[in-house]
Amino acid sequence: MDTRGRTLLAKIWDQHVIARVSDDTDLLHVDRHLLHDLGGSRGLIDLKSRNIPVHNPELTFATPDHAISTASGRAGTIKTGQELLAALRTETSASGIRLFDLDQPGQGIVHVIGPELGLSLPGCLIVCGDSHTCTHGGLGALAFGIGSSELAHVLATQTIIQRRPKTMRVTFDGRLPFGVTAKDLILALIGHVGTAGGTGYAVEYAGSAIRDMPIEGRLTICNLSVELGAKMGLIAPDDATFDYICGRPYAPQGDMWERAVVAWRMLQSDGDAVFDREVSIDVAAIIPQITWGTSPEHVLGVDGRIPDPADIADPARRSAVEIALDYMGLEPGAPIAGTPVDWVFIGSCTNSRLSDLRAAAEIARGRKVAPGVRAWVVPGSETVRRDAMAEGLDKIFTDAGFEWREPGCSMCLAANGETVPPGQRSVSTSNRNFIGRQGPRARTHLASPAMAVAAAVSGAIADVRTMER
Amino acid sequence: MAQPFTKLTAIAAPIMRTNVDTDIIISINRMIGNSVRGSLGKWAFGSLRYLPDGSDNPEFILNREPYRAAEILVTGPNFGCGSSREAAVWALQEMGVRAIIGSGFGDIFFANCFQNGILPVVLDKATIDGLAAEIEASQGAGRLSVDLQEQTVTSPSGVRHVFEIDPRRRAGLLEGLDEISLTLRREHEIRAFQASDRAARPWIHFAGQSE
Repeated sequence: MDTRGRTLLAKIWDQHVIARVSDDTDLLHVDRHLLHDLGGSRGLIDLKSRNIPVHNPELTFATPDHAISTASGRAGTIKTGQELLAALRTETSASGIRLFDLDQPGQGIVHVIGPELGLSLPGCLIVCGDSHTCTHGGLGALAFGIGSSELAHVLATQTIIQRRPKTMRVTFDGRLPFGVTAKDLILALIGHVGTAGGTGYAVEYAGSAIRDMPIEGRLTICNLSVELGAKMGLIAPDDATFDYICGRPYAPQGDMWERAVVAWRMLQSDGDAVFDREVSIDVAAIIPQITWGTSPEHVLGVDGRIPDPADIADPARRSAVEIALDYMGLEPGAPIAGTPVDWVFIGSCTNSRLSDLRAAAEIARGRKVAPGVRAWVVPGSETVRRDAMAEGLDKIFTDAGFEWREPGCSMCLAANGETVPPGQRSVSTSNRNFIGRQGPRARTHLASPAMAVAAAVSGAIADVRTMER
Repeated sequence: MAQPFTKLTAIAAPIMRTNVDTDIIISINRMIGNSVRGSLGKWAFGSLRYLPDGSDNPEFILNREPYRAAEILVTGPNFGCGSSREAAVWALQEMGVRAIIGSGFGDIFFANCFQNGILPVVLDKATIDGLAAEIEASQGAGRLSVDLQEQTVTSPSGVRHVFEIDPRRRAGLLEGLDEISLTLRREHEIRAFQASDRAARPWIHFAGQSE
């Protein structure tokens, strides 16, 4: 028997093995399967056409988020979005799957509601047909995105076949400097290791900066795991995690809660656990980040200059930078700060939770969105929306000239038709600055919520550290 | 059930950009809806393939002969990074692609390929660059061969490169196995696991209830 220390990943993984299907591949039990409007009904229809029932509807949960309008009253939901919502309602009802429908507490971006409802728990294996499922790893869950075929497999069998990933530990040590957030930490990491740096790995985030970080920040960190190529990212659960989960609607209660916490305290990498790769980041050296290009690895500090292809020797890298700068309409060598913006989007499974909105409102309070800029705030869930309104955050935003909207994915991926117009420049708190991501020919700069507000009120990319109170 | 893949000799198109993400492969607005399959091929690589007025972009390789008929793509690093959308694979499949050869792929895209009978082959970057150069030098005339039984890629000039592949996935592609049916044969194991897990971790199985 191997007596070496085990990683957090190995501990959770081993608890879910139903059968070994080859040397490095296992059949794993799925504890939570989350469905959304984009692919949920298709999977259920596929299964129905094969006369296969849903294996465990009670472990499956659904909500519409991707294709619905976030306008008041859901006005203007595109026809396909309406069809997908209708199909999700019909098919979840037919299969006995709990649906958190529009205007109900529980509806929202699937990666916001899982943690919020207590569906996502430490040690839980969670899948969803969405690559940002890695978000739930912030609670110590093993969570990852799957494709449509795998989704049908999970519905039919409540299992998934997975190859054991390599392990990487990223240690963030130090205290977050003024103006620096979870989003800045993870963007800086992606800039450091690249968008393929985590491919084939499950990443565990550790270190004093992670231990000190509130849960919602940890969700943001894990959310961007897939942008460094890692399908899974996770953080060992601790007292802060348990405090966050306790009392949530689907969390265990009473004696079961006590039992669960005892089990969850075991979910930590052993001191002598060996990782396939280790990366250390000194948090104190990080400044607020902003992307300049068309990949999340195209990122720099807000005091930085846009790269100049002339300085890059490697032809492939030079060509990639040239293509990105051409698409983004940026001048090589110019400071990134001061670049005029047309749109600001605060939302997405990365940065739409209550703490994100509070951080944004803190900068927005008493200021005004610059003339010519359209700025949206799209809360991550119905509960976030109501909680924020109870604190008056909506009023702070609308007084400052932001639009306060209904919960959903919205302009993060523009599946619902809410797009940044062609050629226009957006600062967005979302997770991808890919070509066409926020709409055909839209230009996206990723940043934290506070940095997004700084851009909105300045009319240009700006350093939030000059604005914080 | 995926179609089997055994051996293929075909036109190959090098698409050597770094980080070709799934949004580039298929735009979200072309893939949403439950009845899009069958209409995705014409929208693959839409932002590269078409000019803003909708006409073909003559610069894009898949708009040029003989690459229009490519069944193999030779790709730059981190092809298929980004989202989990299986429509990215469907779109490539619908435009005739059967194999993709690159130095690395997005993890979820890679898994989705196997589910659809598309073979993703990983070779080192120098080999990929060499294959792309050889194809370009022949202006696309040189055919690539991919043999899954032998686990080889043969360049137009006849150089054989051996590739590694997970034996389980190889078998699945060769036989076109249906994973759901295979797993359902393990139903008794799944039920046994759940029965013991209900005792060990009741909070997973009885969400929101106290004992």
